[in-house]
Order: sequence, then structure tokens, then C-alpha cells
Amino acid sequence: MSAEAIGETTNAREFWAGARVGIPVVVASAPFAFLFGIIAIDNGFSVAEATLMSASVYGGASQMVGLELFGHHIAPWLVVMSIFAVNFRHVLYSAALGRHISHWPIPQQALGFFLLTDPQYAEAERKGEAGQTVSFAWYMGMGLAIYVPWVIESGLGAFFGNLVPDPHSIGLDFLLPIYFLGLVMSFRKRANWLPVVAISAVAAILAVNTVGSPWHVTIGAACGVAFAAMFPPRVREEIEP
Amino acid sequence: MSATAWIILWAAVLTYLTRVGGHLMLSRFEHVHSRVEAGLNAVPAAVLTTLVAPAAMTAGPVEWTALVVAALMSLRFGMLPLFLVAGAVLIVGRQMFG
Repeated sequence: MSAEAIGETTNAREFWAGARVGIPVVVASAPFAFLFGIIAIDNGFSVAEATLMSASVYGGASQMVGLELFGHHIAPWLVVMSIFAVNFRHVLYSAALGRHISHWPIPQQALGFFLLTDPQYAEAERKGEAGQTVSFAWYMGMGLAIYVPWVIESGLGAFFGNLVPDPHSIGLDFLLPIYFLGLVMSFRKRANWLPVVAISAVAAILAVNTVGSPWHVTIGAACGVAFAAMFPPRVREEIEP
Repeated sequence: MSATAWIILWAAVLTYLTRVGGHLMLSRFEHVHSRVEAGLNAVPAAVLTTLVAPAAMTAGPVEWTALVVAALMSLRFGMLPLFLVAGAVLIVGRQMFG
């Protein structure tokens, strides 16, 4: 067997190992992909636009935020900035992942960062921290296993969204707040979570009743983030007494 | 090209910048200032809260019940069971009382 053939077998094995890691994520995200497609249609997207958003933005929570604001006829740049704000957490993932994939050629790194989602980061970080090599084949196996179904299911959801007769009776207009609350709760282990959420909630409600929508998103979030920045957790002092 | 498509593509460009930018920018510094990191950590919960709170304020008893069920479910279960059960509460509630 030539060295090249051995390399190809290793790559294939790594790819499928990565794809297996992605399967639970595919199962868990499938309902949200369909839901995204259905709500996108309800909010005035075409099937092509819904599919384009899943294929190009590729970030579940931020896509839902985009839809929610789009339904309220808000200035385009504010919709874009809100999506940007929700996705801003990727900056931290990106900095952490960069340490594990700096041995890849630059074009492969550029592609790898495109597929960087919460679960992708979590698994790559775990592999890297365990001292294993995060190979391009493994990373793409996991990334594509999640990406391809996500795009296809969004398109199918949008296609079937056209067939929903009465969106209100199946709760379509209020499924997003439930989804967002679930996400908010998933961050509850983070430092200062409760005060940040309480401050953001109060500020958003005050802002929506005074300044008006969509500024409640910016103002509410800014208040919560400002509080977190003013009172950072004192981890370092515990490590170095 | 439609306005929607432009919004999507700009959102995609900025999202890609967040995915590649952390590596390009933050990796140049030895460590991130603790206040910056604490602020960044709080961003998702803060933004998502602003989308829930006003919607909850203007909703009715059926929606409130669904949100309470979702919050309680989150203490024990993952996102998927939470969403399916709270969504079912919402839909059944609306069929009965809506």
C-alpha cells in the first residue's frame, strides 16, 4: 500500500468518525430546522430565501431572531445587527478553536471557521483539550453531517410552511418566544446570569413601551451586558490566593 | 435581488466575521480583559431575553402557562423535550381556550 493510499484511508476513517459525532446534533436540530422553514414562510420569506439563510448564516438561534424581527417590519440594518449580536459569541469559540487548527492550510481554516457552531466548537475543544489532533477530515465529517441536513430540512420546512392554513391555531406566532426562553435558560450556569437576564428583561420592557420596537433589543441587551462587564466573576483570585 | 436576500447575505457576512474574527483578533492578545470576556459571555442571554420579555408581557394566560412549563422543563431536560412539551401546551391551550 502506498503512503498516499494509507493517508486516504485515515482521512476517510477520520471523516466518518467526525460524522458519527455529528449525528446526535442532527437529530436534535432537525425539528428546529423544519420550524425555521415554516416560520420563515409565515414571516414573508420565500422558500429560496429561507434555504439561503440556513445555507449562508448557518446559526439556528440567530436565524430565528432574524425572522422574529423581520416579522415586525424593522429597518434592515437593525435586523442584520441583531443577528450579528446573537452570533457574537462565536468570537470566543473562534479564538479557542484557532489554537487546535492552526496546523491546517489557510483555505482549510477559512472553511472550518464557516462551519463553527456551538456543538462543533464543543466537540473540537473537547478533542483538542484531550490532546488529540483535530484533523481537517474529522472536523469536516462532523460539520457537513450537521450542515447538509440543516439546509435541506429548512428548505423542506419552508416548502411545507406554504401549506399551513391557520398559523395562529398551531401556535406559530408564539413558538419563538418559547424557543428563546429555552435558550436563555440554557445559559443559566454562566456568571451573573440572573441579574443579566433580569436587567435585560426590565430594560427591554421599559424600552418597548417608551422608545419603541426594535430598540428594546439593543437597549435591553446593552444594559445586561454592561452589568456583566461591571461585575466580572473573580475567578483569578481564587486560583491565585 | 430582494431586500430580504440582502439582509440574509449581510447577516451571513457579519456572522462569518464573528467565526473567523475571534481567531484573527483575540489570538494576538495574551489574554482577554476579564470585563470584556464577562461582557461577551453575557451577550447571548441578554439579547435573547429582550425577545422573550416584551412578548411575554403582551401575551395571555395560555402563553404564560407555556413559558412557565418551558422554564420548569429547562431545569431537568434538554432543548428538544422542553420545546416539544411547551409547544404542545401552547397548541392544546389555544385549541381549548383560544
